[in-house]
Amino acid sequence: MAENTARRKLPGSLETNRKLSQWLDINADGTVNMRPGKIEIGQGILTALRQIVAEELDVNLNRVKVVTAVTAMSPNEGVTSGSRSIEESGSAFRYAAAEARELLLARAGAKLGATLEQLSVSDGVVCARGGASVTYWELTDASLLDREATGEARPKPPAQHKIVGTAAPRVDIPRKVAGLPVYVQDHEPSGMLHGRVSRPPSYSAELIGVKLDDVRAMPGVVAVVRDGRFLGVVAEREEQAIRAARRLAREAKWSEKPTLPEMNPRYLLDWPEKTEVISEKKGAAASAGREFSGEYTRQFLAHASIAPSCATAQYDDGKYTVWTHSQGIYPLRGELAPALQVPPEDIVVRHVEGAGCYGQNAADDVALDAALLARAAPGRAVRVQWMREDEFAWEPYSSAMVVKTRATLSDDGRISAWHLDVWSHGHSSRPGRADDGTNLLAALHLEKPLKRAPAANPPLPGGGSHRNAIPIYEFPNQRVTNHLVPDPPLRVSSLRGLGSQTNVFAIESFMDELAVAADVDPIEFRLRHLVDSRARAVVEKVATMANWKPKQQLAGNLGRGIGFARYKNLAGYMAIIAEVELAETLRVLRVWSAVDVGQTINPDGLINQMEGGIIQAVSFVLREEVKYDRERVTVRGWDDYPILSFAEVPQVVVGLINRPELPAVGAGEGQQGPVAAAVGNALFNASGVRLRDMPFTRERLLAAMAA
Amino acid sequence: MDITVNGRFLSVAADPETPLLYVLRNDAGCKGVRFGCGTGHCGTCMVIIDGKAVQSCDVPVSAVAGKSIQTVEGIGTLEQPHPLQRAFVEEQAAQCGYCITGIIMSAKALLDANKNPSDDDLKEALSKNLCRCGTHQRIVRAIKRAAVEMRKL
Ligand code: FES
Ligand code: FES
Repeated sequence: MAENTARRKLPGSLETNRKLSQWLDINADGTVNMRPGKIEIGQGILTALRQIVAEELDVNLNRVKVVTAVTAMSPNEGVTSGSRSIEESGSAFRYAAAEARELLLARAGAKLGATLEQLSVSDGVVCARGGASVTYWELTDASLLDREATGEARPKPPAQHKIVGTAAPRVDIPRKVAGLPVYVQDHEPSGMLHGRVSRPPSYSAELIGVKLDDVRAMPGVVAVVRDGRFLGVVAEREEQAIRAARRLAREAKWSEKPTLPEMNPRYLLDWPEKTEVISEKKGAAASAGREFSGEYTRQFLAHASIAPSCATAQYDDGKYTVWTHSQGIYPLRGELAPALQVPPEDIVVRHVEGAGCYGQNAADDVALDAALLARAAPGRAVRVQWMREDEFAWEPYSSAMVVKTRATLSDDGRISAWHLDVWSHGHSSRPGRADDGTNLLAALHLEKPLKRAPAANPPLPGGGSHRNAIPIYEFPNQRVTNHLVPDPPLRVSSLRGLGSQTNVFAIESFMDELAVAADVDPIEFRLRHLVDSRARAVVEKVATMANWKPKQQLAGNLGRGIGFARYKNLAGYMAIIAEVELAETLRVLRVWSAVDVGQTINPDGLINQMEGGIIQAVSFVLREEVKYDRERVTVRGWDDYPILSFAEVPQVVVGLINRPELPAVGAGEGQQGPVAAAVGNALFNASGVRLRDMPFTRERLLAAMAA
Repeated sequence: MDITVNGRFLSVAADPETPLLYVLRNDAGCKGVRFGCGTGHCGTCMVIIDGKAVQSCDVPVSAVAGKSIQTVEGIGTLEQPHPLQRAFVEEQAAQCGYCITGIIMSAKALLDANKNPSDDDLKEALSKNLCRCGTHQRIVRAIKRAAVEMRKL
């Protein structure tokens, strides 16, 4: 075939990783290897991808083995984030496996002397109509998949699915509950040393001086590293490294400056910004009506992973191997290289699973720490575990935000004009996102620091700070403006849902306020402005699930509220009803949710993700804020950043709307905004108190009730 | 210093004030005992000592000399799981799973002492454990399922 045919567009990540053998091996021993560039972060993604491969190949699930991501071998799928794994990796595997099946069937047909129509497959055994059979495992060889995908193989129609759409148990859970060493924190190459870093006390702290000799003399200490403001130790035993790092911290003298703003998101309104109108509609002239406005805020949020970040690195003859729970092994390698001053080819980055991270925590930062400390102990692996206080004080947070709304409610009870303005820093500082510079922490602290990359927003339609800022409701007149404040006072990066949490909180709280003003039930008021039939379906479903009665007032101090959004305005639809009780404190007792994420690959996995996202979102809105004074982040431990406990979690019910004919989109995110709004609206329903500043702490509640 | 972990004697060359957590992970090889905070606030490092659930980051190794320590590795294996481990798989009660081994140890201490715990007993037993992924509901279901199984034994 001529080589000069135009490159065709291939589905998902196949587009950028075009060879079938990059994705799959059919092995003579009766197994199938799959090599996702995406990684497991507790979302069950690998199980869902395995289901897709087993389905398209017609083999049993337990034959499919997952090879974890490593640079130089795995397809480069960028970063695992934004719930895009099922779209990107899932469609690549679907088409790759369907094509592999066709190639195998062609070989089987030749061997058995049968046409394709006469063949059927069951668990890798191909049977011809006459009864003769041959297995994949006999048919395979190295040349089978050594070719570019055509993208022409036809995946199965959903009606024929036997594995996709069933509740396949997750592959990783048995090993995890048995306590096997599955996490990067557990990875222990022989002869491994332990490293710790002594961070400055604050972002702006300058190192005046530090005495290293006494630390060097401590038991077990192998190396003490100082490079600019980067201070670290390497020791034989973990507790020795911890003790030496603490001593090093005491030996270091710093000078600090009050560079941080007051702990109130409204500082954003006064800082330099870039302004952009992102949606404008001018319909019929606004009819007469009443004007309303609102202002909504939230503080910086932490990822607060249960496990502080960790990495292991080894330095041999100028080359590095790094074991990391980074969500993007190739982008990380691209930023480690300039920080370590070696070409990227001299670094191998291997993914090992970490704890749930919900966005970009310090996984990438600690990888550089480990490499820098490994350089001081050549030939031996060095494991660096951030301490709890390192993670809370230095992880990249999710930006504080302010949203202002204004609307005209016409006399017929409809919204005729809608304005929304968002102020926020960027929501992504992931490796590889900026053209220039880096955000790897240690790279900014070195004697010769690299340039700091700006925090940026992924572009619309997904967006970052402006994610879900454009309402999904139909209003004849509308203007939405994004005010991006480029220079964040604290480190910021992506956290589950990015800006959508605050934007949806604002939109959905304001919708409720307008419904009250119009004297219409909030669900009816929403449906009045909602055209999209899938949107209407989830709102109606959740109302049925919760047995919602228009204008119902529950007994006692109970109240109910709704929140709804289509995540990113292009992914999953989620509608939430929360039931709260206002007693000593505000408690969320029950949450109902209806979700439509297109085709459901693994219903139980989806429900698990929804439950988790909802419970975490309740924690965000009730509790969470990163505390800081004018010099330092003051959060050091769980006491300073409490999250929901077992005694406080609500009962969660999830209802699925499966649409097998539509593409599957992720469900790991999108709960954050609807949950926050549903809780705020339920509080209002229970008490008449409207809180517009998150989190809904006791102090805020008391102040609002007194007012 | 001599300690007993999952019925095995172990001689360790650590400083007496070393937190038990690091000895269990690095000397005894029990990686299922996980580091989460090091300050007694999250429960990922939970083990059972003399029948009680204890946060191993909060105990110096010198305090457990001569006592019998049980970790998650000591209650069951991949091939022969403890009823609690089996129940967590059956309920698919994990997201990232990092908190789970500590929670299983809290639950085991509870169920060993109280075969029929109330919801409040359960909440009390889990008051030292955090889960950031929001898996709480399934975790509680798994423990209740295990309680039923264990009553049959
Ligand atoms: S690590 Fe021991 S309680 Fe957190
Ligand atoms: S499952 Fe991730 S912390 Fe509990």
